[in-house]
Amino acid sequence: MSLADRWHRIQALAERRLPSLTRMRQREALPIVLHRRRIYIVPTGFGLGFAVLLAVMLVGSLNYANNAALLLTCLLGAATAGSMLSAFRVLNGLGLGGLRAGNAVAGASLPVSFEVTGGARVRPGVHLDANAQKVGVVVPRQGAITVEFALPTEHRGWQPLPRIRVYSTWPLGMFRAWSWLNPDESVLVYPRPEAFGPPPYEPQSDADRGRPRSGDELAALRDYRPGDPLRQIAWKLSARHHDLLVKDLEQPSPKRDWRLDWQSMHGMDNESRISRIARWIDEAHGEGRRWSLQLPDRYFDVAQGDEHYHRCMTALALQP
Amino acid sequence: MTGHRPSLRSTHPAEVPLSPRAFDLLCLTMACVLGLHAVHLPWWMVAPLAVVLVGRWQQRRRNGKRAPIWLKLPMIGLLLAAIVGHYGSLFGREPGSAFAVGLLVLKLLESERIRDARVGIAFACFALMSALLFEQGMVVTALVALALAPALATLRSLEPAQPETSLAGSLPPVLLTLAAAIPLALFAFLFVPRLGSPLWGTPGNDQARTGLSNQMAPGDLTELLVDDSPALRVVFDGAPPPNVQRYFRAFVMWRFDGRAWAYGGPGLVRRASTLEPGRTTSYEITLEPTHRRVLPALDVPLAAPENADLSNDHEIFAQHNVDEARRYRLTSSVTYRLDPALDDRSRALGTSLPAGFDPRARALAEGWRQQYGNDDAAIVRAALTLFHDGGFHYTLAPAPLGRDSIDDFLFDTREGFCEHYSSAFTFLMRAAGVPARVVTGYQGGYWNTMGNYLLVRQSDAHAWSEVWLEGRGWTRVDPTGVVRPGRISEGASANTGSGAAWYQDGWLKSLRNHWDVVNQWWGRGVIGFDALRQQGLLTPFGIRQASVGTLSIVLAIGCAVLVVVALGWALFQRRDGDAWQVSMARLERKLGRVGIARRASEGPQHYLARAARALPARRKELERIQRFYLDARYGHDKPPPESLVSFRRMIRDFHPGRMVK
Repeated sequence: MSLADRWHRIQALAERRLPSLTRMRQREALPIVLHRRRIYIVPTGFGLGFAVLLAVMLVGSLNYANNAALLLTCLLGAATAGSMLSAFRVLNGLGLGGLRAGNAVAGASLPVSFEVTGGARVRPGVHLDANAQKVGVVVPRQGAITVEFALPTEHRGWQPLPRIRVYSTWPLGMFRAWSWLNPDESVLVYPRPEAFGPPPYEPQSDADRGRPRSGDELAALRDYRPGDPLRQIAWKLSARHHDLLVKDLEQPSPKRDWRLDWQSMHGMDNESRISRIARWIDEAHGEGRRWSLQLPDRYFDVAQGDEHYHRCMTALALQP
Repeated sequence: MTGHRPSLRSTHPAEVPLSPRAFDLLCLTMACVLGLHAVHLPWWMVAPLAVVLVGRWQQRRRNGKRAPIWLKLPMIGLLLAAIVGHYGSLFGREPGSAFAVGLLVLKLLESERIRDARVGIAFACFALMSALLFEQGMVVTALVALALAPALATLRSLEPAQPETSLAGSLPPVLLTLAAAIPLALFAFLFVPRLGSPLWGTPGNDQARTGLSNQMAPGDLTELLVDDSPALRVVFDGAPPPNVQRYFRAFVMWRFDGRAWAYGGPGLVRRASTLEPGRTTSYEITLEPTHRRVLPALDVPLAAPENADLSNDHEIFAQHNVDEARRYRLTSSVTYRLDPALDDRSRALGTSLPAGFDPRARALAEGWRQQYGNDDAAIVRAALTLFHDGGFHYTLAPAPLGRDSIDDFLFDTREGFCEHYSSAFTFLMRAAGVPARVVTGYQGGYWNTMGNYLLVRQSDAHAWSEVWLEGRGWTRVDPTGVVRPGRISEGASANTGSGAAWYQDGWLKSLRNHWDVVNQWWGRGVIGFDALRQQGLLTPFGIRQASVGTLSIVLAIGCAVLVVVALGWALFQRRDGDAWQVSMARLERKLGRVGIARRASEGPQHYLARAARALPARRKELERIQRFYLDARYGHDKPPPESLVSFRRMIRDFHPGRMVK
């Protein structure tokens, strides 16, 4: 077990055993506005080193009864102590909201963005740290800034957002003010399609064979009819005729609609079925096919396009 | 909303390369350190370091490569060799600070990362402080404090994710930070308990001794007489004595070896003088560090201050060298009879002269003795008449004197200043058999009306004689005053005739004297604030001798108070929005306390309607507020100001009471 793992275990144990310590880390609804009672300040390593230096300067100037040096030491000490308050002010009243999540299949990283609002003043040096991804931003006055993370995913279904540490070492890097943000929000992770497998079972029906469809290959030339798109006009050939000729494009064999059925697969467990259907949907969506989906509890009629894709994938992701 | 997309960072923050702005500021900081230390470093060390600094700055701006190791190592070796060669060691105040400054500048050669810059800045702060070990003046301290600004600005520029600023624009916020830190700094300065005695070693006093020496040979004082630095400041309890009575005695010199007069020495065992005091005056003297033990005092002091002793001749010597400014209170007698009866031993000492020197002067004095018989006062008058009418004149650049210095001066060159006159006069008196001695000290001074104190500069150093006369005891005779009366009535600045520096005159002089008030305030208030004065700090609050514990408690309490004030600033947040929204937010807080918090999806109409449903007892009030608010917000372009006032009153008078579940 690595040191980091062990540390995380100790942290988890501490949170279970001493809930009062982690009172402020309960999940809460967005938007979250940081309040003074949940902002903590600790010196950084550099801050500790500087404190040692200040102590040396203090003892030195006291020992040599050098009051000018003592005054300088006091001034430097007071200025650095004041930087603690500046760090605190960066976080006090900072707001996190405006969650937007993208889509990803399990195992890929999922883009998540937040809006950070600062209120009445500019807040430089705000850092957000989610799962060791660090982002530093300047939060503008009276506005918001969008912060993006790539969330690693593992399983399909709802995945809670990770705890976000927000911190700032502004202005001198001697103190770190920090707080935990634990948004009570989840993002949906789509099931991961299987790598390869058989195509779906296609009932042999000729119902829609031979219907011309707009495609890529040149089928024939015909006379121009009003309404034909300009890019289909065969300009070079038309030059030799006194009428405009239009290229009639057509798919050689139109793609069939797929009827995807949960029950069509036999002897497979749920996860395998889900990942196979996910692959079929992916393929169908990629090829521009139309498809229908029969799940144990729901049915999606034949359709195509992004909306249909997301509806089907969402239903798959949420399969028990 | 700004569509800014921040970048992801994976490297450790301290390993990030320095930005050009941060490097500029770092170079500026090092330049400040070098500049503040340049005063005491040899020029051949400052010049190459400045070249390295500027060269490195330019080089990183141009191509941004790091300096090669074959360049760095020899430079450090060279620096070490130069310091050891010049100072003889690496340890001590001068070589130590020279080494620190040199290393800081060379550190720039390898400053590429944030970590390097932080280490550099921390030690630059230390080096800035060490500049104050050489000089504690107000101007230097202020300059050093200002040099903290680029140092802190560098630290600021190292922080990631900050708005772009210009180089000049990065200094004002830091100056503001420093200014805001002044109250806490002053408070800590006042109450940090001072050490009664140092924890380790005492600082070496390798500063050249300034001020009066315990020897006096003609020509010795010349350097002192053109030194304009303050020697002592005197605050009188009553009116200050007139200029002609402002004689501050330091050393009484009995011994003469033919050339120089000296204080003390072997065989000088006398009984203590007896003093019959007349009119007295009390005063307080602040003496600049002299690194000697003597404490000058006006005329004849009655008793020595604490930690000092009164000598047989009523000189005062501190028990330790005066290494930092010292204040002492004295009461002196300005009319007195000192030693009305002279013992034989003193008489013998006061008339002894080395054999084989100055035959012509001896002959002249013996002639006076024969002429005036026993009338010592007449002999004094004869000598003064000689100085007045004998073609003597006063100059700070007299011709050099030979072996028989008194003869040469009296019969040959006839020019000189106080040392020559007092020395020759005392010699003549002794040769005539009148007990006489040389006294050195200060005479005159500038009365500073702004600060109500007398400022005595080193250039006010003076030498005169005391002769013992029957019935009057030791009597002061100032032969210089006979030659140049202005020296005594107007002070030292009347001395310097045509050779006067341009800054001695007019408004500049008064400006300099006013400036001295500030310097004195600094010297007394800051530099002279020692353990003793700190103990008396709380006297107005009834604590006579503040112990270290008391001071620590006061320090802690005061810091806590200041922290509370600062926290108030930190917690202050202007509420967003206009006056109507502020009032509405107040209502929301009131309702929120009884559990009716506004949902993010709710507008004022729905929210207040829901509140009215939840609080039937306040329903009418809430509906009125709702109507009023909606009318003001949406019924007008600009609601009349009086409606805001009444709305505020409504909100203020609204009390939600208890909610009906």
